[in-house]
Amino acid sequence: MSFSPSSYLNQEILNVPKSGIRKFFDVAQTMPNAISLGVGEPDFITPYHIRNAAINSILDGETQYTSNWGLLELRQEIAAYMKERYHLTYDPGKEVLVTVGASEGIDLALRILINPGDEVLVPQPSYVSYAPGVVFAGGKAVPVSTDASNNFVLTPEAVLDAVTEKTKAVILPYPNNPTGGILDREALEKLAKIFVEKDLIVISDEIYAELTYNKEGHISIATLPGMWERTIVINGFSKAFAMTGWRMGYLCAPAAFCDVMCKIHQYTIMCAPRQGQVAALQALRRGREDGWQDVEQMRNSYNQRRRLMVKAFRDMGLECFEPLGAFYVFPAIPKVGLTSEQFCERLLKEMEVVAVPGTAFGESGEGHIRCCYATALDLLNEALDRIARFVQKL
Amino acid sequence: MQNLQMELLQILKEDCRLPLEQLATMTGVSLEEAAAAIADMEKKGVILRYSPVINWDKTARERVEAMIEVRVTPQRDQGFDAIAERIYRFDEVKSVYLMSGAYDLLLLVEAPTLKELAFFVSTKLSTLETVTGTATHFVLKRYKSEGIIFEDGKEDKRLVVMA
Ligand SMILES: Cc1ncc(COP(=O)(O)O)c(C=O)c1O
Repeated sequence: MSFSPSSYLNQEILNVPKSGIRKFFDVAQTMPNAISLGVGEPDFITPYHIRNAAINSILDGETQYTSNWGLLELRQEIAAYMKERYHLTYDPGKEVLVTVGASEGIDLALRILINPGDEVLVPQPSYVSYAPGVVFAGGKAVPVSTDASNNFVLTPEAVLDAVTEKTKAVILPYPNNPTGGILDREALEKLAKIFVEKDLIVISDEIYAELTYNKEGHISIATLPGMWERTIVINGFSKAFAMTGWRMGYLCAPAAFCDVMCKIHQYTIMCAPRQGQVAALQALRRGREDGWQDVEQMRNSYNQRRRLMVKAFRDMGLECFEPLGAFYVFPAIPKVGLTSEQFCERLLKEMEVVAVPGTAFGESGEGHIRCCYATALDLLNEALDRIARFVQKL
Repeated sequence: MQNLQMELLQILKEDCRLPLEQLATMTGVSLEEAAAAIADMEKKGVILRYSPVINWDKTARERVEAMIEVRVTPQRDQGFDAIAERIYRFDEVKSVYLMSGAYDLLLLVEAPTLKELAFFVSTKLSTLETVTGTATHFVLKRYKSEGIIFEDGKEDKRLVVMA
Protein backbone atom coordinates (compact mmCIF):
# COMPACT_ATOMS: atom_id res chain seq x y z
CA MET A 1 0.00 0.00 0.00
CA SER A 2 1.40 3.39 -0.96
CA PHE A 3 2.01 6.12 1.60
CA SER A 4 -0.72 8.75 1.50
CA PRO A 5 0.13 11.87 3.50
CA SER A 6 -3.36 13.30 3.44
CA SER A 7 -4.79 10.26 5.20
CA TYR A 8 -2.86 11.32 8.29
CA LEU A 9 -4.21 14.83 8.39
CA ASN A 10 -6.84 16.25 10.66
CA GLN A 11 -10.13 16.14 8.74
CA GLU A 12 -11.63 19.23 10.36
CA ILE A 13 -8.63 21.30 9.36
CA LEU A 14 -8.50 19.80 5.87
CA ASN A 15 -12.12 20.78 5.38
CA VAL A 16 -11.52 24.47 6.08
CA PRO A 17 -11.40 26.13 2.64
CA LYS A 18 -8.31 28.09 1.66
CA SER A 19 -8.75 31.81 1.28
CA GLY A 20 -10.50 32.49 -2.04
CA ILE A 21 -8.37 35.43 -3.06
CA ARG A 22 -5.24 33.56 -4.00
CA LYS A 23 -6.16 33.37 -7.68
CA PHE A 24 -6.58 37.14 -7.90
CA PHE A 25 -3.18 37.48 -6.41
CA ASP A 26 -1.63 35.20 -9.03
CA VAL A 27 -3.30 36.94 -11.97
CA ALA A 28 -2.58 40.45 -10.67
CA GLN A 29 1.09 39.58 -10.26
CA THR A 30 1.39 39.22 -14.03
CA MET A 31 -0.08 42.68 -14.76
CA PRO A 32 2.37 45.52 -14.25
CA ASN A 33 -0.29 48.18 -14.86
CA ALA A 34 -2.85 46.71 -12.52
CA ILE A 35 -4.05 48.99 -9.74
CA SER A 36 -4.82 47.14 -6.58
CA LEU A 37 -7.70 48.09 -4.35
CA GLY A 38 -7.30 44.62 -2.90
CA VAL A 39 -4.69 45.48 -0.30
CA GLY A 40 -5.44 45.14 3.38
CA GLU A 41 -2.97 47.50 4.96
CA PRO A 42 -2.07 51.20 5.19
CA ASP A 43 -0.27 52.90 2.31
CA PHE A 44 1.80 54.82 4.85
CA ILE A 45 5.04 53.37 6.00
CA THR A 46 5.69 53.24 9.73
CA PRO A 47 6.54 56.75 11.01
CA TYR A 48 10.29 57.36 10.98
CA HIS A 49 10.70 57.92 14.71
CA ILE A 50 9.19 54.49 15.34
CA ARG A 51 11.50 52.78 12.83
CA ASN A 52 14.42 54.60 14.38
CA ALA A 53 13.59 53.40 17.88
CA ALA A 54 13.81 49.80 16.66
CA ILE A 55 17.11 50.45 14.86
CA ASN A 56 18.62 51.97 17.99
CA SER A 57 17.42 49.04 20.04
CA ILE A 58 19.24 46.64 17.73
CA LEU A 59 22.39 48.77 17.83
CA ASP A 60 22.20 48.84 21.62
CA GLY A 61 22.26 45.07 21.66
CA GLU A 62 18.70 44.53 22.85
CA THR A 63 18.55 41.10 21.30
CA GLN A 64 17.16 38.99 24.14
CA TYR A 65 13.77 37.49 24.97
CA THR A 66 11.36 39.70 26.83
CA SER A 67 8.93 38.60 29.52
CA ASN A 68 6.31 36.19 28.12
CA TRP A 69 3.75 38.91 28.66
CA GLY A 70 5.80 41.49 26.76
CA LEU A 71 7.97 44.37 28.03
CA LEU A 72 6.44 45.79 31.20
CA GLU A 73 6.91 49.39 29.98
CA LEU A 74 4.98 48.49 26.85
CA ARG A 75 2.14 46.90 28.81
CA GLN A 76 2.00 49.95 31.06
CA GLU A 77 1.88 52.18 28.01
CA ILE A 78 -0.88 50.00 26.48
CA ALA A 79 -2.90 50.21 29.70
CA ALA A 80 -2.50 54.00 29.73
CA TYR A 81 -3.52 54.13 26.08
CA MET A 82 -6.65 52.03 26.63
CA LYS A 83 -7.56 54.31 29.52
CA GLU A 84 -6.98 57.55 27.63
CA ARG A 85 -8.50 56.57 24.30
CA TYR A 86 -11.24 54.11 25.24
CA HIS A 87 -11.91 54.62 28.96
CA LEU A 88 -10.94 51.03 29.69
CA THR A 89 -9.02 50.07 32.81
CA TYR A 90 -6.64 47.12 32.73
CA ASP A 91 -3.86 46.12 35.09
CA PRO A 92 -0.63 46.04 33.04
CA GLY A 93 0.67 43.33 35.37
CA LYS A 94 -1.95 40.70 34.62
CA GLU A 95 -4.59 41.97 32.22
CA VAL A 96 -2.52 42.96 29.17
CA LEU A 97 -0.74 40.45 26.92
CA VAL A 98 1.47 41.47 24.00
CA THR A 99 0.87 39.19 21.00
CA VAL A 100 2.21 38.54 17.51
CA GLY A 101 -0.36 40.71 15.78
CA ALA A 102 -4.06 40.79 16.51
CA SER A 103 -3.98 37.52 14.58
CA GLU A 104 -2.44 35.65 17.48
CA GLY A 105 -4.88 37.37 19.80
CA ILE A 106 -7.84 35.99 17.86
CA ASP A 107 -6.37 32.51 17.99
CA LEU A 108 -5.62 32.65 21.72
CA ALA A 109 -9.03 33.99 22.66
CA LEU A 110 -10.77 31.23 20.74
CA ARG A 111 -8.53 28.49 22.08
CA ILE A 112 -9.00 29.28 25.75
CA LEU A 113 -12.78 29.45 25.45
CA ILE A 114 -13.77 26.59 23.22
CA ASN A 115 -14.51 23.13 24.49
CA PRO A 116 -15.18 20.49 21.80
CA GLY A 117 -18.47 21.27 20.08
CA ASP A 118 -18.89 24.77 21.51
CA GLU A 119 -20.41 27.27 19.12
CA VAL A 120 -19.14 30.75 18.38
CA LEU A 121 -21.21 33.35 16.58
CA VAL A 122 -19.35 34.97 13.70
CA PRO A 123 -21.08 37.99 12.18
CA GLN A 124 -20.41 38.19 8.45
CA PRO A 125 -19.21 39.70 6.18
CA SER A 126 -16.07 39.86 8.32
CA TYR A 127 -12.35 39.30 8.40
CA VAL A 128 -11.40 35.87 7.11
CA SER A 129 -9.68 34.45 10.20
CA TYR A 130 -12.51 34.08 12.67
CA ALA A 131 -14.40 31.06 11.35
CA PRO A 132 -11.26 29.01 10.58
CA GLY A 133 -9.90 29.99 14.00
CA VAL A 134 -13.00 28.60 15.67
CA VAL A 135 -12.58 25.30 13.81
CA PHE A 136 -8.86 25.08 14.63
CA ALA A 137 -9.83 25.44 18.28
CA GLY A 138 -12.26 22.54 17.96
CA GLY A 139 -15.44 24.58 17.93
CA LYS A 140 -18.22 25.27 15.49
CA ALA A 141 -18.45 28.64 13.77
CA VAL A 142 -22.00 29.88 13.34
CA PRO A 143 -22.16 32.59 10.68
CA VAL A 144 -24.62 35.39 11.37
CA SER A 145 -25.43 37.52 8.33
CA THR A 146 -25.50 41.28 8.42
CA ASP A 147 -26.42 43.57 5.56
CA ALA A 148 -26.75 47.19 4.55
CA SER A 149 -30.30 47.38 5.94
CA ASN A 150 -28.87 47.03 9.46
CA ASN A 151 -25.70 49.02 8.72
CA PHE A 152 -23.72 45.79 8.44
CA VAL A 153 -23.74 45.28 12.19
CA LEU A 154 -24.96 42.50 14.41
CA THR A 155 -28.48 42.96 15.74
CA PRO A 156 -29.93 41.53 18.97
CA GLU A 157 -32.57 39.74 16.89
CA ALA A 158 -29.90 38.00 14.80
CA VAL A 159 -28.09 36.94 17.96
CA LEU A 160 -31.27 35.53 19.46
CA ASP A 161 -31.95 33.61 16.25
CA ALA A 162 -28.51 32.05 16.21
CA VAL A 163 -27.94 31.33 19.88
CA THR A 164 -28.24 27.75 21.15
CA GLU A 165 -27.32 26.26 24.51
CA LYS A 166 -23.95 25.42 22.97
CA THR A 167 -23.12 29.01 22.14
CA LYS A 168 -20.10 30.03 24.18
CA ALA A 169 -18.93 33.24 22.61
CA VAL A 170 -19.52 35.86 19.95
CA ILE A 171 -17.03 37.68 17.75
CA LEU A 172 -17.62 41.41 17.63
CA PRO A 173 -15.69 42.61 14.56
CA TYR A 174 -16.21 46.38 14.63
CA PRO A 175 -15.07 48.65 13.03
CA ASN A 176 -15.57 46.06 10.36
CA ASN A 177 -13.37 44.76 7.61
CA PRO A 178 -14.73 44.63 4.84
CA THR A 179 -17.90 46.71 5.28
CA GLY A 180 -16.70 49.66 7.39
CA GLY A 181 -19.70 49.16 9.68
CA ILE A 182 -19.38 50.38 13.27
CA LEU A 183 -21.47 50.02 16.40
CA ASP A 184 -22.85 53.20 17.92
CA ARG A 185 -23.73 53.48 21.59
CA GLU A 186 -27.36 52.58 21.10
CA ALA A 187 -26.56 49.42 19.15
CA LEU A 188 -23.92 48.46 21.70
CA GLU A 189 -26.32 48.87 24.61
CA LYS A 190 -28.89 46.59 23.01
CA LEU A 191 -26.28 43.96 22.19
CA ALA A 192 -24.69 44.11 25.63
CA LYS A 193 -28.02 43.35 27.23
CA ILE A 194 -28.48 40.25 25.11
CA PHE A 195 -24.90 39.08 25.67
CA VAL A 196 -25.39 39.24 29.41
CA GLU A 197 -28.79 37.62 29.18
CA LYS A 198 -27.47 34.77 27.05
CA ASP A 199 -24.26 34.55 29.08
CA LEU A 200 -21.92 34.93 26.09
CA ILE A 201 -18.24 35.83 26.16
CA VAL A 202 -17.40 38.59 23.69
CA ILE A 203 -14.26 38.57 21.57
CA SER A 204 -14.09 42.16 20.42
CA ASP A 205 -11.67 42.74 17.52
CA GLU A 206 -11.01 46.47 17.76
CA ILE A 207 -7.95 46.62 15.51
CA TYR A 208 -9.54 49.44 13.46
CA ALA A 209 -10.65 51.44 16.51
CA GLU A 210 -8.45 54.43 15.65
CA LEU A 211 -9.88 54.53 12.14
CA THR A 212 -13.38 55.63 13.03
CA TYR A 213 -14.82 58.60 11.17
CA ASN A 214 -17.84 59.71 13.16
CA LYS A 215 -17.89 62.37 15.86
CA GLU A 216 -18.17 60.09 18.86
CA GLY A 217 -15.30 57.85 17.78
CA HIS A 218 -14.88 54.22 18.68
CA ILE A 219 -16.69 52.88 21.74
CA SER A 220 -15.53 49.57 23.17
CA ILE A 221 -18.21 47.13 24.23
CA ALA A 222 -16.13 46.47 27.35
CA THR A 223 -17.12 49.91 28.68
CA LEU A 224 -20.78 48.92 28.92
CA PRO A 225 -22.32 47.75 32.18
CA GLY A 226 -21.69 44.07 32.85
CA MET A 227 -19.41 43.70 29.84
CA TRP A 228 -15.83 44.28 31.08
CA GLU A 229 -15.72 40.95 32.88
CA ARG A 230 -16.96 38.99 29.85
CA THR A 231 -15.01 40.71 27.08
CA ILE A 232 -11.65 39.97 25.52
CA VAL A 233 -10.49 43.06 23.66
CA ILE A 234 -8.17 42.44 20.72
CA ASN A 235 -6.16 45.30 19.32
CA GLY A 236 -2.82 45.96 17.65
CA PHE A 237 -0.47 48.36 15.96
CA SER A 238 -0.88 47.22 12.35
CA LYS A 239 -3.60 49.58 11.20
CA ALA A 240 -3.47 52.54 13.60
CA PHE A 241 0.28 53.05 13.37
CA ALA A 242 0.94 51.57 9.92
CA MET A 243 2.93 48.70 11.42
CA THR A 244 1.60 45.58 9.67
CA GLY A 245 4.95 43.92 9.02
CA TRP A 246 6.10 44.31 12.63
CA ARG A 247 3.46 41.82 13.80
CA MET A 248 2.53 43.63 17.00
CA GLY A 249 -0.79 43.18 18.73
CA TYR A 250 -2.20 42.89 22.23
CA LEU A 251 -5.01 41.46 24.26
CA CYS A 252 -6.78 43.09 27.18
CA ALA A 253 -9.01 40.95 29.34
CA PRO A 254 -9.72 40.02 32.95
CA ALA A 255 -6.79 38.27 34.63
CA ALA A 256 -8.50 34.89 34.66
CA PHE A 257 -8.65 34.94 30.84
CA CYS A 258 -5.28 36.60 30.31
CA ASP A 259 -3.51 34.13 32.50
CA VAL A 260 -4.62 31.17 30.37
CA MET A 261 -3.95 33.00 27.11
CA CYS A 262 -0.46 33.73 28.35
CA LYS A 263 -0.01 30.06 29.14
CA ILE A 264 -0.56 29.09 25.50
CA HIS A 265 1.47 32.08 24.31
CA GLN A 266 4.33 31.12 26.63
CA TYR A 267 4.53 27.56 25.33
CA THR A 268 3.98 28.30 21.65
CA ILE A 269 5.46 31.75 21.02
CA MET A 270 7.60 32.55 24.08
CA CYS A 271 7.30 36.29 23.49
CA ALA A 272 6.49 38.77 20.72
CA PRO A 273 9.59 39.99 18.83
CA ARG A 274 11.59 42.41 20.95
CA GLN A 275 12.23 45.11 18.36
CA GLY A 276 8.55 45.14 17.46
CA GLN A 277 7.80 45.77 21.10
CA VAL A 278 10.33 48.59 21.26
CA ALA A 279 8.79 50.15 18.16
CA ALA A 280 5.30 49.80 19.60
CA LEU A 281 6.45 51.42 22.83
CA GLN A 282 7.82 54.37 20.88
CA ALA A 283 4.54 54.68 18.95
CA LEU A 284 2.54 54.93 22.17
CA ARG A 285 4.98 57.15 24.07
CA ARG A 286 5.29 59.70 21.30
CA GLY A 287 1.58 59.53 20.62
CA ARG A 288 0.70 60.32 24.21
CA GLU A 289 3.19 63.21 24.22
CA ASP A 290 2.12 64.82 20.97
CA GLY A 291 -1.61 64.15 21.12
CA TRP A 292 -1.55 61.23 18.65
CA GLN A 293 -0.44 63.30 15.69
CA ASP A 294 0.65 60.39 13.51
CA VAL A 295 -2.67 58.64 13.98
CA GLU A 296 -4.63 61.83 13.46
CA GLN A 297 -2.86 62.66 10.22
CA MET A 298 -3.36 59.21 8.79
CA ARG A 299 -6.99 59.14 9.84
CA ASN A 300 -7.63 62.49 8.15
CA SER A 301 -6.04 61.31 4.98
CA TYR A 302 -8.11 58.09 4.95
CA ASN A 303 -11.24 60.06 5.70
CA GLN A 304 -10.70 62.32 2.66
CA ARG A 305 -10.28 59.32 0.42
CA ARG A 306 -13.22 57.56 2.04
CA ARG A 307 -15.56 60.42 1.10
CA LEU A 308 -14.19 60.39 -2.42
CA MET A 309 -14.78 56.66 -2.86
CA VAL A 310 -18.33 56.67 -1.56
CA LYS A 311 -19.29 59.55 -3.83
CA ALA A 312 -17.59 57.98 -6.84
CA PHE A 313 -19.45 54.69 -6.45
CA ARG A 314 -22.75 56.45 -5.89
CA ASP A 315 -22.10 58.60 -8.98
CA MET A 316 -21.71 55.35 -10.93
CA GLY A 317 -25.25 54.54 -9.87
CA LEU A 318 -24.19 51.82 -7.41
CA GLU A 319 -25.55 51.44 -3.92
CA CYS A 320 -22.76 52.22 -1.53
CA PHE A 321 -23.09 51.90 2.20
CA GLU A 322 -21.27 54.71 3.98
CA PRO A 323 -18.44 53.08 5.90
CA LEU A 324 -17.65 54.81 9.20
CA GLY A 325 -14.63 52.74 10.10
CA ALA A 326 -11.52 50.94 8.74
CA PHE A 327 -10.29 51.79 5.23
CA TYR A 328 -12.58 49.90 2.90
CA VAL A 329 -15.74 50.61 0.93
CA PHE A 330 -18.13 47.81 0.20
CA PRO A 331 -20.32 48.89 -2.71
CA ALA A 332 -23.04 46.70 -4.20
CA ILE A 333 -22.29 45.56 -7.74
CA PRO A 334 -24.78 46.15 -10.56
CA LYS A 335 -27.49 43.51 -10.77
CA VAL A 336 -26.64 42.10 -14.18
CA GLY A 337 -26.36 38.43 -13.29
CA LEU A 338 -22.70 38.40 -12.29
CA THR A 339 -21.57 37.00 -8.97
CA SER A 340 -19.19 39.23 -7.08
CA GLU A 341 -16.39 36.81 -7.89
CA GLN A 342 -17.17 36.95 -11.62
CA PHE A 343 -17.39 40.73 -11.40
CA CYS A 344 -13.95 40.93 -9.82
CA GLU A 345 -12.44 38.47 -12.30
CA ARG A 346 -13.67 40.50 -15.25
CA LEU A 347 -12.70 43.78 -13.63
CA LEU A 348 -9.17 42.47 -13.29
CA LYS A 349 -8.94 40.97 -16.78
CA GLU A 350 -10.64 43.80 -18.66
CA MET A 351 -9.66 46.84 -16.61
CA GLU A 352 -6.66 45.72 -14.59
CA VAL A 353 -8.18 46.75 -11.29
CA VAL A 354 -8.05 44.42 -8.30
CA ALA A 355 -11.01 44.35 -5.95
CA VAL A 356 -11.95 41.58 -3.53
CA PRO A 357 -15.26 39.74 -3.99
CA GLY A 358 -17.55 40.18 -0.98
CA THR A 359 -17.87 36.41 -0.69
CA ALA A 360 -14.27 36.22 0.53
CA PHE A 361 -15.72 37.50 3.81
CA GLY A 362 -18.64 35.07 4.06
CA GLU A 363 -21.57 34.11 1.87
CA SER A 364 -23.51 37.16 2.95
CA GLY A 365 -20.91 39.28 1.16
CA GLU A 366 -22.36 38.17 -2.20
CA GLY A 367 -23.40 41.09 -4.38
CA HIS A 368 -20.63 43.33 -3.02
CA ILE A 369 -16.96 44.02 -3.61
CA ARG A 370 -14.39 45.34 -1.18
CA CYS A 371 -12.22 48.23 -2.32
CA CYS A 372 -9.45 49.50 -0.08
CA TYR A 373 -8.87 53.24 -0.23
CA ALA A 374 -5.48 53.19 1.48
CA THR A 375 -3.91 53.96 -1.87
CA ALA A 376 -2.38 57.06 -3.46
CA LEU A 377 -4.97 59.55 -4.67
CA ASP A 378 -3.88 59.53 -8.31
CA LEU A 379 -4.14 55.74 -8.41
CA LEU A 380 -7.53 55.81 -6.70
CA ASN A 381 -8.83 58.27 -9.24
CA GLU A 382 -7.53 56.16 -12.10
CA ALA A 383 -9.00 52.98 -10.59
CA LEU A 384 -12.38 54.64 -10.05
CA ASP A 385 -12.30 55.81 -13.64
CA ARG A 386 -11.66 52.29 -14.88
CA ILE A 387 -14.40 50.83 -12.66
CA ALA A 388 -16.88 53.46 -13.93
CA ARG A 389 -16.09 52.54 -17.53
CA PHE A 390 -16.43 48.86 -16.72
CA VAL A 391 -19.79 49.32 -15.00
CA GLN A 392 -21.01 51.41 -17.94
CA LYS A 393 -20.35 48.67 -20.47
CA LEU A 394 -21.88 45.84 -18.42
CA MET B 1 -7.18 79.53 10.64
CA GLN B 2 -10.28 77.40 10.20
CA ASN B 3 -10.01 73.64 9.99
CA LEU B 4 -11.41 73.55 6.48
CA GLN B 5 -8.75 75.90 5.18
CA MET B 6 -6.00 73.93 6.89
CA GLU B 7 -7.31 70.69 5.46
CA LEU B 8 -7.54 72.19 1.98
CA LEU B 9 -3.97 73.45 2.25
CA GLN B 10 -2.75 70.01 3.23
CA ILE B 11 -4.45 68.44 0.23
CA LEU B 12 -3.33 71.16 -2.19
CA LYS B 13 0.22 70.92 -0.94
CA GLU B 14 0.25 67.30 -2.14
CA ASP B 15 -1.50 67.97 -5.45
CA CYS B 16 -2.75 71.40 -6.44
CA ARG B 17 -4.25 70.16 -9.67
CA LEU B 18 -7.18 68.35 -8.07
CA PRO B 19 -10.50 69.63 -9.36
CA LEU B 20 -12.52 71.80 -6.99
CA GLU B 21 -15.30 69.23 -6.93
CA GLN B 22 -12.93 66.60 -5.62
CA LEU B 23 -11.54 68.95 -2.98
CA ALA B 24 -15.08 69.58 -1.78
CA THR B 25 -15.89 65.87 -1.64
CA MET B 26 -12.69 65.02 0.20
CA THR B 27 -13.28 67.63 2.87
CA GLY B 28 -16.99 66.89 3.13
CA VAL B 29 -18.26 70.39 2.23
CA SER B 30 -20.23 71.87 -0.66
CA LEU B 31 -18.60 73.11 -3.82
CA GLU B 32 -19.41 76.69 -2.81
CA GLU B 33 -17.85 76.36 0.62
CA ALA B 34 -14.66 74.89 -0.77
CA ALA B 35 -14.46 77.56 -3.47
CA ALA B 36 -15.02 80.33 -0.93
CA ALA B 37 -12.37 78.96 1.44
CA ILE B 38 -9.81 78.79 -1.35
CA ALA B 39 -10.71 82.23 -2.73
CA ASP B 40 -10.32 83.65 0.76
CA MET B 41 -6.84 82.18 1.10
CA GLU B 42 -5.84 83.48 -2.32
CA LYS B 43 -7.13 86.94 -1.48
CA LYS B 44 -5.30 87.04 1.83
CA GLY B 45 -2.07 85.87 0.25
CA VAL B 46 -2.02 82.57 2.14
CA ILE B 47 -1.88 80.84 -1.21
CA LEU B 48 0.53 82.78 -3.40
CA ARG B 49 0.63 80.57 -6.43
CA TYR B 50 0.20 77.01 -7.67
CA SER B 51 3.55 75.87 -9.00
CA PRO B 52 5.15 72.48 -9.59
CA VAL B 53 8.12 71.18 -7.63
CA ILE B 54 10.84 70.69 -10.22
CA ASN B 55 13.92 68.57 -9.97
CA TRP B 56 16.16 70.70 -12.23
CA ASP B 57 18.95 68.17 -11.99
CA LYS B 58 16.93 65.95 -14.28
CA THR B 59 16.61 68.67 -16.91
CA ALA B 60 19.15 69.82 -19.46
CA ARG B 61 19.33 73.23 -17.85
CA GLU B 62 22.75 74.19 -16.48
CA ARG B 63 22.49 75.77 -13.10
CA VAL B 64 24.51 76.48 -9.97
CA GLU B 65 23.05 77.23 -6.59
CA ALA B 66 24.64 78.73 -3.51
CA MET B 67 23.61 79.59 0.00
CA ILE B 68 25.10 82.96 0.88
CA GLU B 69 25.38 84.30 4.39
CA VAL B 70 25.32 88.09 4.42
CA ARG B 71 26.26 90.46 7.22
CA VAL B 72 24.76 93.93 6.93
CA THR B 73 24.51 97.15 8.89
CA PRO B 74 20.86 97.67 9.74
CA GLN B 75 19.53 101.09 8.87
CA ARG B 76 17.86 103.48 11.21
CA ASP B 77 14.02 103.30 11.02
CA GLN B 78 14.03 100.53 8.44
CA GLY B 79 16.01 97.82 10.19
CA PHE B 80 16.82 95.03 7.77
CA ASP B 81 13.81 95.42 5.51
CA ALA B 82 15.24 97.97 3.13
CA ILE B 83 18.47 96.10 2.52
CA ALA B 84 16.59 92.81 2.23
CA GLU B 85 14.48 94.36 -0.49
CA ARG B 86 17.52 95.69 -2.35
CA ILE B 87 18.81 92.15 -2.34
CA TYR B 88 15.65 90.21 -3.18
CA ARG B 89 15.01 92.38 -6.22
CA PHE B 90 17.90 90.65 -8.00
CA ASP B 91 16.61 87.87 -10.29
CA GLU B 92 19.46 85.61 -9.23
CA VAL B 93 18.19 85.63 -5.65
CA LYS B 94 15.57 82.91 -5.14
CA SER B 95 15.04 83.13 -1.37
CA VAL B 96 15.96 85.57 1.37
CA TYR B 97 15.67 84.93 5.10
CA LEU B 98 16.44 87.18 8.08
CA MET B 99 18.37 85.00 10.51
CA SER B 100 19.31 84.93 14.16
CA GLY B 101 22.96 84.19 14.96
CA ALA B 102 26.32 85.00 13.44
CA TYR B 103 25.05 86.65 10.26
CA ASP B 104 21.91 88.53 9.27
CA LEU B 105 20.54 87.40 5.94
CA LEU B 106 20.61 84.01 4.28
CA LEU B 107 20.16 83.94 0.51
CA LEU B 108 19.56 81.14 -1.91
CA VAL B 109 21.10 82.31 -5.17
CA GLU B 110 20.96 80.67 -8.55
CA ALA B 111 22.92 81.32 -11.75
CA PRO B 112 23.63 79.43 -14.99
CA THR B 113 27.34 79.00 -14.26
CA LEU B 114 29.79 79.22 -11.41
CA LYS B 115 31.43 82.18 -13.02
CA GLU B 116 28.21 84.11 -13.23
CA LEU B 117 27.37 83.33 -9.64
CA ALA B 118 30.78 84.53 -8.48
CA PHE B 119 30.32 87.61 -10.60
CA PHE B 120 26.98 88.28 -8.92
CA VAL B 121 28.54 88.10 -5.46
CA SER B 122 31.55 90.24 -6.23
CA THR B 123 29.92 92.95 -8.31
CA LYS B 124 26.28 93.13 -7.24
CA LEU B 125 26.02 91.84 -3.69
CA SER B 126 29.29 92.81 -1.99
CA THR B 127 29.18 96.27 -3.45
CA LEU B 128 25.95 97.23 -1.71
CA GLU B 129 26.97 99.88 0.81
CA THR B 130 25.33 98.25 3.86
CA VAL B 131 26.75 94.79 3.17
CA THR B 132 29.75 94.26 5.44
CA GLY B 133 30.60 90.67 4.59
CA THR B 134 29.48 87.53 2.73
CA ALA B 135 30.20 83.79 2.87
CA THR B 136 29.22 81.71 -0.15
CA HIS B 137 28.46 77.98 0.11
CA PHE B 138 27.84 76.14 -3.14
CA VAL B 139 25.10 73.53 -3.20
CA LEU B 140 26.49 70.19 -4.34
CA LYS B 141 23.33 68.11 -4.23
CA ARG B 142 19.74 68.62 -3.22
CA TYR B 143 18.34 65.68 -1.26
CA LYS B 144 15.10 67.09 0.05
CA SER B 145 13.29 70.32 -0.48
CA GLU B 146 9.92 71.59 0.76
CA GLY B 147 9.34 68.25 2.42
CA ILE B 148 9.84 66.33 -0.80
CA ILE B 149 12.61 63.76 -1.01
CA PHE B 150 14.10 64.07 -4.47
CA GLU B 151 15.38 60.55 -4.98
CA ASP B 152 12.42 58.83 -3.38
CA GLY B 153 11.52 55.37 -4.63
CA LYS B 154 7.74 55.17 -4.98
CA GLU B 155 7.61 51.41 -5.14
CA ASP B 156 4.65 49.87 -3.33
CA LYS B 157 5.90 47.01 -1.22
CA ARG B 158 2.48 45.74 -0.17
CA LEU B 159 0.88 42.45 -1.18
CA VAL B 160 -1.60 43.23 -3.95
CA VAL B 161 -4.40 41.23 -2.39
CA MET B 162 -4.94 40.62 1.28
CA ALA B 163 -8.09 39.86 3.20
C1 LIG C 1 -10.40 42.83 11.33
C2 LIG C 1 -8.98 42.40 11.39
N1 LIG C 1 -8.53 41.80 12.49
C3 LIG C 1 -7.25 41.40 12.59
C4 LIG C 1 -6.37 41.56 11.55
C5 LIG C 1 -4.96 41.06 11.73
O1 LIG C 1 -4.14 42.09 12.15
P1 LIG C 1 -2.65 41.88 12.67
O2 LIG C 1 -1.77 42.46 11.61
O3 LIG C 1 -2.57 42.67 13.94
O4 LIG C 1 -2.42 40.44 12.89
C6 LIG C 1 -6.79 42.19 10.38
C7 LIG C 1 -5.87 42.37 9.24
O5 LIG C 1 -6.25 42.63 8.13
C8 LIG C 1 -8.14 42.62 10.30
O6 LIG C 1 -8.60 43.22 9.19
